[in-house]
Amino acid sequence: MRFVDEFRDADTARALAGQIAGLCEPGRTYKFMEVCGGHTHTIYKHGLEDYLPESVSLVHGPGCPVCVIPMGRVDDAIHIATRPGVIMTSFGDMMRVPGGRGSFFEAKAAGADIRMVYSPLDALKIAKANPDRRVVFMAIGFETTAPSTAMTVLRAAADGVDNFSVFCNHVLIIPAIKAILDSPDLRLDGFVGPGHVSTVIGCRPYGFIASEYAKPLVVAGFEPLDILQSVWMLLRQVRAGEAVVENQYGRVVAWDGNPRALDAMGQVFSLRPWFEWRGLGFISQSALGMADAYARFDAERVFALPGVRVADPKACQCGEVLKGVLRPWECKVFGTACTPETPIGTCMVSSEGACAAYYNFGRFSRERVREATRA
Amino acid sequence: MCLGIPGELIGPDEDQADLAVVDVSGVRRKINVGLLEGEDLRPGDWVLIHVGFALSKISEDEAQAVLDFLDGMGQAYADELDAIRESSIG
Repeated sequence: MRFVDEFRDADTARALAGQIAGLCEPGRTYKFMEVCGGHTHTIYKHGLEDYLPESVSLVHGPGCPVCVIPMGRVDDAIHIATRPGVIMTSFGDMMRVPGGRGSFFEAKAAGADIRMVYSPLDALKIAKANPDRRVVFMAIGFETTAPSTAMTVLRAAADGVDNFSVFCNHVLIIPAIKAILDSPDLRLDGFVGPGHVSTVIGCRPYGFIASEYAKPLVVAGFEPLDILQSVWMLLRQVRAGEAVVENQYGRVVAWDGNPRALDAMGQVFSLRPWFEWRGLGFISQSALGMADAYARFDAERVFALPGVRVADPKACQCGEVLKGVLRPWECKVFGTACTPETPIGTCMVSSEGACAAYYNFGRFSRERVREATRA
Repeated sequence: MCLGIPGELIGPDEDQADLAVVDVSGVRRKINVGLLEGEDLRPGDWVLIHVGFALSKISEDEAQAVLDFLDGMGQAYADELDAIRESSIG
């Protein structure tokens, strides 16, 4: 319990830890997946696993949007960025993500005009200020950021901006969770549901997890106590033989989500028949493309793309980490060939990637890696 | 990018109806409030901001709790604040 004093309400955390232990049946193990990278960050930062009995483990899911972008899409984006007159704009998180032929940072160093932006609206403003250039926004993220891209496209259409387009890589959380439930590799007892994504989609879309797969899901906030309380809520359901969707983060997440955000997404995007996820492969109906009505803002139609699929590096086990099959330190290159400074896999790039979170908070020791490798 | 950052509403933007001025950790910035259309927004209210858009209205207590959480994130929060400072969407 060496991290016990790091956050406020440590007494409440200890009390919750006691209640969690009390719900566990002897001789049984419990495995819960936290889908969201923000939760992964909190868990490692505060050493929350130290509060849980050994029979309860938290495994980390695919909810880091930077982590799931396949290398071929990075290559396509760099291809666009190097066309004449193009300004590529991107969130900072994306800059170091390796493609098959380098990252945005490397392409920028080689002369491409790639600019970091905080918001897609910054990208639109750059387009308005540079009417003789073609400005492309590298759109990534789950349903948390997709509404912002949609609203920006609606604004571009309303303002008649014709030199702005979106390279759309928005992915959806529900098909990812379903892919994990259908995967034979992993037996889960329930999910800690994503907080911010649920602000947009609400809690109803998770219903199938309870009704079809008989697994509980608790939408959780990001503070240490939120996560401990969610684990307690999950265990309470398991103990009672129930499987329902509960909302621990009701102070922010409305049961029906944000209708305006869903409406904007519905206007601007259409469901792709399939999309490749890094490490997870092709998942049907798991991502958003631009709707035909907004084809003129679709970088995939404005520019001819190579669209070459690039296999993940052999040494990299991000796929297993994203599915929760491997813990970060169990990957063969974790902390040795793959570090935040020289990432091989995406999980080491983003601060919300499981590997980077684990590495940065010093909860990794070579001894533990050796133990895991032997096991 | 995925961080939700609390901002305190100062008032509506004078030029564009779907923008508002907020205070984010002492920095005044314009953000888009179009996703909260229909909500009663007043100066002093707190909103959770994602990549320049207010995604939900939150209580002051929740805002403080999120700010404490973000302070603990260290570099990731510092990077996000730097990005907001650079941003000029209005």
